[in-house]
Amino acid sequence: MYVELKHIYKTFDGFHASDDVSFGIQKGNLVALLGPSGSGKTTILRMIAGLDVPNSGEIIIDNVVVNDIPGSKRGIGFVFQNYALFRYMTVFDNIAFGLEVQKVKKPVIKNRVKELLKLIGLEDLGGRYPNQLSGGQRQRVAFARALAPNPHLLLLDEPFAAIDAKVRKELRTWLREMISQVGVTSIFVTHDQEEAIEVADEIIVTNKGKVEQIGTPIDIYHNPKTLFVAQFIGQSTIINNHRTLKDFNVNEDCSAAVLRPRNIKLFGKNDADSITGGQNGTVVDTSFRGDYMEIKVKIDDIVLIAFRDLEEPSLSVGEKIKVTIKQLHLFSE
Amino acid sequence: MANKKAFHKKESRSKPLPAETDTLTEISKVIEQKHNTGSKKVEICLIVISLLFLFVMLLLPLLVVVISALKDGFTAYMNAVTDSYTIKALTLTILATVIAVVINTVFGIFAAWTISKYHFRGKQFLVSLIDIPFAISPVIAGLIFILTFGNIGWAKGLADLLGTKIVFAVPGVVIATIFVTFPFISREILPVLNAQGKDEEEAAALMGASGFKIFRKITFPHIKWALLYGIILCSARAMGEFGAVSVLSGRLRGKTTTLPLHVEILYNEFNTTAAFAVSSILVILAVLILIARNIVEYKKKQ
Ligand SMILES: Nc1ncnc2c1ncn2[C@@H]1O[C@H](COP(=O)(O)OP(=O)(O)OP(=O)(O)O)[C@@H](O)[C@H]1O
Ligand SMILES: [Mg+2]
Repeated sequence: MYVELKHIYKTFDGFHASDDVSFGIQKGNLVALLGPSGSGKTTILRMIAGLDVPNSGEIIIDNVVVNDIPGSKRGIGFVFQNYALFRYMTVFDNIAFGLEVQKVKKPVIKNRVKELLKLIGLEDLGGRYPNQLSGGQRQRVAFARALAPNPHLLLLDEPFAAIDAKVRKELRTWLREMISQVGVTSIFVTHDQEEAIEVADEIIVTNKGKVEQIGTPIDIYHNPKTLFVAQFIGQSTIINNHRTLKDFNVNEDCSAAVLRPRNIKLFGKNDADSITGGQNGTVVDTSFRGDYMEIKVKIDDIVLIAFRDLEEPSLSVGEKIKVTIKQLHLFSE
Repeated sequence: MANKKAFHKKESRSKPLPAETDTLTEISKVIEQKHNTGSKKVEICLIVISLLFLFVMLLLPLLVVVISALKDGFTAYMNAVTDSYTIKALTLTILATVIAVVINTVFGIFAAWTISKYHFRGKQFLVSLIDIPFAISPVIAGLIFILTFGNIGWAKGLADLLGTKIVFAVPGVVIATIFVTFPFISREILPVLNAQGKDEEEAAALMGASGFKIFRKITFPHIKWALLYGIILCSARAMGEFGAVSVLSGRLRGKTTTLPLHVEILYNEFNTTAAFAVSSILVILAVLILIARNIVEYKKKQ
């Protein structure tokens, strides 16, 4: 493990911002810290960077306990949530700052900055000031600034939060490519599950200061370990009385069940193939979602959400249909 | 004013449109005229009142100062201005002002920095403490220092230890000036620092920049104009200070008298021309400061 957190606790005025946080990250991976607002993601990142100090627990980077090593000596690049570009310096000077502080020779700095400007595709904008850039360009400059001193670990706090939806999608593909090109171990914070799933090699899900689950996006999607994770990752319906559904071994210990829309199959009267088993349901609502239909089905007193391909015959509200459920996730919370 | 602009816009937008909107345009024109004449009258009234007030209360007295100063001719004026006591008072005034500005600049930056960048208990209390000189009458401030450093004061030993006299001496004048001008600079830069947040500083610190470098490259460019503005206000106040200095200086002519004190002494001796002549020095200084203030304010806005 390249970065390791062991039993980290952090309180702010008695509030547990980190509550026994432990995880490890492999060298070269791009890891997402995913969780709702206030779940302690930024706090974790700041502690790794040395901007905050944990109350207890160890932070290990490259086999060294860094708790007592100042942030500037940890070999970290940090991209702040609002970029925190130096507003009275040009783009060039912003990127050069970290090298200048290290007293690197001027020509070397110049070359490095030029190389980075090229990497982020802003070769001509070195002389601009941050307030003369668009959000996406600022984001890139912040990224280049963090990378300039060749950090071993790159930390990004909500790198796309301040950017509008369309550019955000482009930018995250871009970031993914940049990071694999540079090959630096990276942790980025996000509260957007789609972003985490799309970009990260591994996801750490946080909630209320605790780590809920660690795993690859696919693993977390298919095998959520807690009710929270099941709800937070991917779309889902939660039902408390799964006993009313047929075909499942009722587990009396479990009080909540989570159903993924993709795991629910619907058979209408016009469908080519039909089944004999399944449960009886009624369509209560249909809505168009771009590349699929979202269907609400009522089975007894349970309302489920299912997806349906556009090629399949359409269903109408009130239609009696058959429903099969491939998988349920049961939780005993 | 805002309303007027809005109407203009409407009008120009409706111009290229066909006839049906003409009536609308007409109506809005009428409204505009009515509105304008209404607000114009009020506007002129208010401006005239303000100007009259400023003239009677501020400009006229200043003119009187200059006229009275020159009443006995230019030679008398020059004699009063170049009098050795006047020169000494001017020197002391400038000395006290410079020391007060330097000390308050350093302290003001430290205080504002501490308050805006750190969270600690009693922070709000510190903020209120800084404002004390605004709240306390300068005369009382002077008395406080006499009771502290004077012959019966509890800190007299401290002054003796330093080998100086504070009360009724130049250090007293300086201390009084520092005290009354002490909130100006921190008050000016605090909001600017607060608005900046601490991300940029943290980013620089993470890259290994020293505290001084961070201040020089990131914080200072940000507070520059506000700081200069604070310094100007501080200087203006320092030069004009009367109450606290009057009490603490003991008014030893030629030793502890600043310009304002000197003016009062001359006036009490019925030496009106000289009093006004010396006052005119203060007026000139004030005008210079006013000009500097306007330039800085303009720059600060940019
Ligand atoms: N300096 C601080 N002082 C007091 N409380 C704090 C401080 N920093 C964070 N907290 C609290 O700790 C909790 C976790 O904060 P944190 O910033 O880590 O959340 P987050 O997961 O990054 O949220 P977001 O997605 O909104 O940025 C929050 O409830 C917050 O109020
Ligand atoms: Mg955060």
